[in-house]
Amino acid sequence: MKNTLYGLWRGLRRVSGDDAYERYLAHWRKHHAAEGGQPLDRKAFIKVEQDRKWNGVRRCC
Amino acid sequence: MRQPTLPVKKMTPLGMLTWLGIAILGASAVGGIAIHRGESINSLWFIVAAVCVYAIGYRFYSAFIAAKVLMLDATRATPAERLNDGRDFVPTNKWVVFGHHFAAIAGPGPLIGPTLAAQFGYLPGTLWILIGAVLGGCVQDFVTLFFSTRRNGRSLGQMARDELGPIGGVAALVGVMMIMIILIAVLGLVVVNAMKHSPWATSTVAATIPIAVLIGLYMRNIRPGRVLEATLIGVALLLIAVAGGGWLDQQPDLRQWFDYDGPQLALMIIAYGFAAAVVPVWLLLAPRDYLSTFMKIGTVLALAVAIVILNPTVKMPAVTQFIDGTGPIFGGELFPFVFITIACGAISGFHSLISSGTTPKLLANETDARFIGYGAMMMESFVAIMAMIAATVLDPGVYFAINSPAGIVGKEAAEAVAKINSWGFPVTVAQMEQLAANMGEASLFARTGGAPSFAVGMASIFASAFGEAFLSLWYHFAIMFEALFILTTLDAGTRVGRFMLQDLFGNIYPPLGRTSWYPSVLLTSALVVGAWGYFLYMGTLDPLGGINSLWPLFGIANQMLAAIALCVGTTILIKSGKLRYAWVTALPLSWLVIITSTAAWEKLFSPELRVGFIAHAKDLSDKLAAGVLPPDKAATAPQLIFNDYVDAVLTAFFLVTTWVLVLDTLRVSYRIATGGAHPPSSEAPHEPSRVVEDWVRD
Repeated sequence: MKNTLYGLWRGLRRVSGDDAYERYLAHWRKHHAAEGGQPLDRKAFIKVEQDRKWNGVRRCC
Repeated sequence: MRQPTLPVKKMTPLGMLTWLGIAILGASAVGGIAIHRGESINSLWFIVAAVCVYAIGYRFYSAFIAAKVLMLDATRATPAERLNDGRDFVPTNKWVVFGHHFAAIAGPGPLIGPTLAAQFGYLPGTLWILIGAVLGGCVQDFVTLFFSTRRNGRSLGQMARDELGPIGGVAALVGVMMIMIILIAVLGLVVVNAMKHSPWATSTVAATIPIAVLIGLYMRNIRPGRVLEATLIGVALLLIAVAGGGWLDQQPDLRQWFDYDGPQLALMIIAYGFAAAVVPVWLLLAPRDYLSTFMKIGTVLALAVAIVILNPTVKMPAVTQFIDGTGPIFGGELFPFVFITIACGAISGFHSLISSGTTPKLLANETDARFIGYGAMMMESFVAIMAMIAATVLDPGVYFAINSPAGIVGKEAAEAVAKINSWGFPVTVAQMEQLAANMGEASLFARTGGAPSFAVGMASIFASAFGEAFLSLWYHFAIMFEALFILTTLDAGTRVGRFMLQDLFGNIYPPLGRTSWYPSVLLTSALVVGAWGYFLYMGTLDPLGGINSLWPLFGIANQMLAAIALCVGTTILIKSGKLRYAWVTALPLSWLVIITSTAAWEKLFSPELRVGFIAHAKDLSDKLAAGVLPPDKAATAPQLIFNDYVDAVLTAFFLVTTWVLVLDTLRVSYRIATGGAHPPSSEAPHEPSRVVEDWVRD
């Protein structure tokens, strides 16, 4: 029961994009940490992400 | 080398029995609504018919397409896996992709089209929504999604260029641009008509803008990226805004600040559209999109639950006398106009833009394309069925009183009622006044565009589920909810149009192509807003309500885009040696070509004044020359005449584009079949997937 609720919560965060920054950090650590440098901070990431997301057809009639 | 395809599961006897049962149930439900000729019919029949048709379509037809026609290959690495960059290309859980894809494709279209098409009765629209979706719309979305996935997520325009050649590419590009302009204009008109002389609706819709900005600032500066909590706050504020609008409506000195006529509201929407297109996305577009997506999915689910539990009675006849083309809401006979009026919900070309480009970059496995492409469109089709139910549970007299423009039934209430009664649909002035009072509106006569009628239907369904006391709140909630995602589509569409123009101008003068160069942003935004603003403003001047001419134009444009997508799909099928299955896309394609050509021809050359643009322009010029028009009509007549010719040129353009593309498809197909020179298939080479079968990333 607890697991189901937690799974639903994670699904909701995932589908709404609430966890986008955490996923970005995980991706960064896995693929880009070796290149050195720092990951974007939360605020900078959100800006880049939203600009990227709305650069194309995203909504229909 | 042939790759292993989906294993086709053998059906157990029990499974066979179950599906036989579903088939019989579905057939009886569809037959029930088709042959029923009584006073009223329970809407449960619609739900049962729809669910059975979708279940059978998904279980059998989409499985056939997946296994035999497209041959989805679970072992093939998707672009998301091969090109995973953590941004655009990300292998994603199929339910998450389904959610994103559905939220992207489902807009106001499936709510408005069926509402308008209900003037023919409930049957023609319902049958077209079901058959059109299962054999047309779902197939288009599925096939486009799959082919784009096999081409690294390329867009429809790029695929048209690669597979058909430069003519196809240009047709697709210009088609997308045109449909965007018409779509935004007609949706803007729907919002304007919902807000016309309604301080409650206008103030609530106006309040959504500062609320969105507030949420934008919150998500950027106070709690960056906390989507869920920001959305929760935003939804609460929106509900307060709905109630606050009701309070404001009672304040005599405040309400006059929100009481405008159509052309004034149109100018405001145009100014708003320009501002929204030039401010950064995080400030307005992104936060409002979160709000509208949550509202949309929440409201659609609530409506589905309410309809399933209450199964309200449908009072509209199966078929009305207006199939002869004399309908008050839009002119034109059942064929082809029911198929043009209901585009979204049956087959919508716009979806092919989402199915190519965005969604294919997220698929973790190729086989998910069936669930997402075919399945999400089925859901949208179901939304259209619910809109049809919401329109037809109203008394037909009330439905026609709300949706008929004053130019048809007359400006005075008594006049309008007499006219509607003469068609055989009883309604009284007192009944309409009572309804308007219940909904918190000054009047509900001639509120064209579909939104007010849908809101009345939805409010009555919700009120009977959750209490009659809140009718006016439900009504304005419905208006706010429609306006919210119409404004999102308006912003997003203007922005896409701007990017396309910048891309185009960049070829002539490179700095104009830089999306961040402000003079270029201002210039291209002004051009796009000016284009849709023109049609929107003219729509508000039109005594026939504007919807009468703009909605068919939108339908033709949308179906033309679907024809482009199906042309590309058919060409690719033939190229990949599937000529004998090419009918899967060629069949809906032929149907679309027949209906768009007939409709476009009639819109151009029909002598019927409400159908033919040219006939209407001629009639108006003759009347103007003869001096028989009253002064106010004479003042706007030259603009309306000019607008008729603009509409006619646009229709001719759609007609020509469709045929150029169809002929180009035939040319390329002939070359393929006879071994002549043709553009090679641009399919990305096969790479085996390295992820385990039940691997999911979430």
